[in-house]
Amino acid sequence: MTKKSRLHLPRVPARPGETPDFSYVQLSPAGSVPRPQVNARARDMGALSVELVRVLDDSGDAVGPWNPHLEASDLQVGLRHMLLTRLYDDRMQRMQRAGKISFYIRSLGEEAVGVAQAMALRPSDMLFPAYRQQGAQIVRGISLVDLMSQLLSNTKDMCKGRQLPVMYHSRANNIFSISGNLATQFPQAVGWAMAAAIKGEDNLAATWIGEGSSAEADFHYALLFASVYQAPVILNVVNNQWAISTFQGYAGGEQRAFAARGPGYGMPGIRVDGNDFLAVYAVTQWAAERARTGAGPTLIELVTYRGAAHSTSDDPARYRAKDDAEHWPLGDPIQRLKAHLIKIGEWSEERHQAMSAELEALVASSWKEAIKFGTMTEGPRLNPSTMFEDVFKDMPQNLQRQQALLRKELG
Amino acid sequence: MANMNMIQALNSAMDIMLGRDPAVVLMGEDIGYFGGVFRATEGLQRKYGEHRVIDSPIAEGGIVATAIGMSVNGLRPVAEIQFADYIYPGFDQIVSELARIRYRSAGDFFAPVTIRTPCGGGIRGGQTHSQSPEALFTHISGIKVVMPSNPYDAKGLLITSIEDDDPVVFFEPKRLYNGPFDGDPNKPAVPWSTHPKGQVDEGYYKVPLGKADIVRAGADVSIITYGTMVHVALAAAAAMNVDAEIIDLRSLVPLDVETMVASVRKTGRCIVAHEATRFSGFGGELLSIIQEECFWSLEAPIQRVAGWDTPYPHAFEWEYFPGQARVKAALQAVMETA
Repeated sequence: MTKKSRLHLPRVPARPGETPDFSYVQLSPAGSVPRPQVNARARDMGALSVELVRVLDDSGDAVGPWNPHLEASDLQVGLRHMLLTRLYDDRMQRMQRAGKISFYIRSLGEEAVGVAQAMALRPSDMLFPAYRQQGAQIVRGISLVDLMSQLLSNTKDMCKGRQLPVMYHSRANNIFSISGNLATQFPQAVGWAMAAAIKGEDNLAATWIGEGSSAEADFHYALLFASVYQAPVILNVVNNQWAISTFQGYAGGEQRAFAARGPGYGMPGIRVDGNDFLAVYAVTQWAAERARTGAGPTLIELVTYRGAAHSTSDDPARYRAKDDAEHWPLGDPIQRLKAHLIKIGEWSEERHQAMSAELEALVASSWKEAIKFGTMTEGPRLNPSTMFEDVFKDMPQNLQRQQALLRKELG
Repeated sequence: MANMNMIQALNSAMDIMLGRDPAVVLMGEDIGYFGGVFRATEGLQRKYGEHRVIDSPIAEGGIVATAIGMSVNGLRPVAEIQFADYIYPGFDQIVSELARIRYRSAGDFFAPVTIRTPCGGGIRGGQTHSQSPEALFTHISGIKVVMPSNPYDAKGLLITSIEDDDPVVFFEPKRLYNGPFDGDPNKPAVPWSTHPKGQVDEGYYKVPLGKADIVRAGADVSIITYGTMVHVALAAAAAMNVDAEIIDLRSLVPLDVETMVASVRKTGRCIVAHEATRFSGFGGELLSIIQEECFWSLEAPIQRVAGWDTPYPHAFEWEYFPGQARVKAALQAVMETA
């Protein structure tokens, strides 16, 4: 006799008061995963979606076929960008708590994702980020004053006060406008890449999504279209284990790794240690080469951990074990790259402290500069009548009329 | 009776229905262990179990579609869409499926699904956490559309919606979750405990769909509204010392035409008000009905108060929001016409 069906509910490893347990995270030893040719057939690369590509081992050495052999100076730049991202996040979190900005989202523990991936791409490649890749914005050279001005909705805000904080964009630096709705950018990036192929250009598109929002249909449209048209696109799933309070098992990560969605659609899927700067850089470089040489799309699952709350609107102590982050088996991306640089004699505690002080000063002076352009409560303010602009290219009559009514209403 | 804010009243409604009817299940993003991002389902998973209060993947189309399937198999799902702004991935399932299951199967199948979703601005949510898309749903035949303005009604209307054999989209004006809001963001927040409708029966009771509430009787002008704007209209009329009759529709589909028409025939003047965008807003439908039914009683053109025809801008939330100034301008216009 068969057993009765029973609704299965994915197991959450540790709720508040329970002991953190990351035994479900499948690890591979650093250096153990082979690096296939970029034009290998997807069906022959299935193991990449099961194993975990790692370069930095526990003693801080870079090992194995995925070692990108970067110059020490590049690694130092990477470390600098990651540290700047973290210090920027820390300060903006405090500014939100102080009531200076309405909302913020940190990328604590995930800095290698935005930073290493943006560094592995060309400036002409188009980025379709989600809301937690501020590291990529920093790598692309968006100034902190510009980023902060967006958070402040001030007179220098690139969004003219229309978007929630962290929804940046930069047309000049090839970063698409971030949406507050999840997953929508994923298939849009594929369309951008299809256009590059139609036009015969060798630029690629890269896009990011959380493992949680990979549940949206948009994720599946993206994989399907990318596979059908072999679009030059890199599809990144940032698996930081948590979607607000919802554990990754509820996004479908319990039975099979997110990377394994790739082979299902006929493209390689790579699971990579998302806290290993070198490994993240290497797989992105590999995927970029695939895209640029006509070998098609790649799905990358970055295995990492959301070290902070989802946003300033939630308290993770209500839904996960308090010391969860400390037990995360893949460590901290900044500490790991720093340890590697020290090990190869290209960095020191003193230099690190000096850089940290320098970057903290940069964040502080940038804030002082940004608030000169106004805050939500003080200083210059955008003219409210600008809210009627850009609904359409040309303002229709009803909006012109409403613009006049608002001026009257405001006296 | 107990003091409840709107969140507690909604929670109480779901608690009671989970207790009364084993077919009732809740599903949505973050609603189970966490109790929802606005805490509307707090404690319910602990009380009724993970099979009755179900955390879902982030997939609104999947939530609506599986709720339809569950309902066809005898359950009575109450789905939460975390913000009304996130409902669109589920739109096809709502428009093409949920609304028409009964019709297309000649009544052999039906889908008693309730979709709860927070709407409206006033919490600095920007253009993706502030929308009021009710008119998109009132335009679909086969869907009931509800929007309460206070805790007492919220609870009774939600119980009625869950028991209704037709699908209901239940909009919750999130600015009203913690207290009545008269449209002035600079005034200190007022809790529901200061308001008579914050007194809520702890047991089972229903507030019918399709029955408007005359919040304030008056002789000079009828203000037909719903949701947050009920409180704004009350405050604006009081400030202008106008004897306004204020009608809270509570449900937009079905619509209580009788109460609206009787009021306008009595006062001869009318304002319709909602927070949503003006163009093709639900106010247009209200205006048409008043014109059709009350033309010979009208002493002035009907005025419409609404949000502007733009997305909801983060920096200009209060310039966008149809606050007291906009209601007062409409009152002035409608009262001046001799």
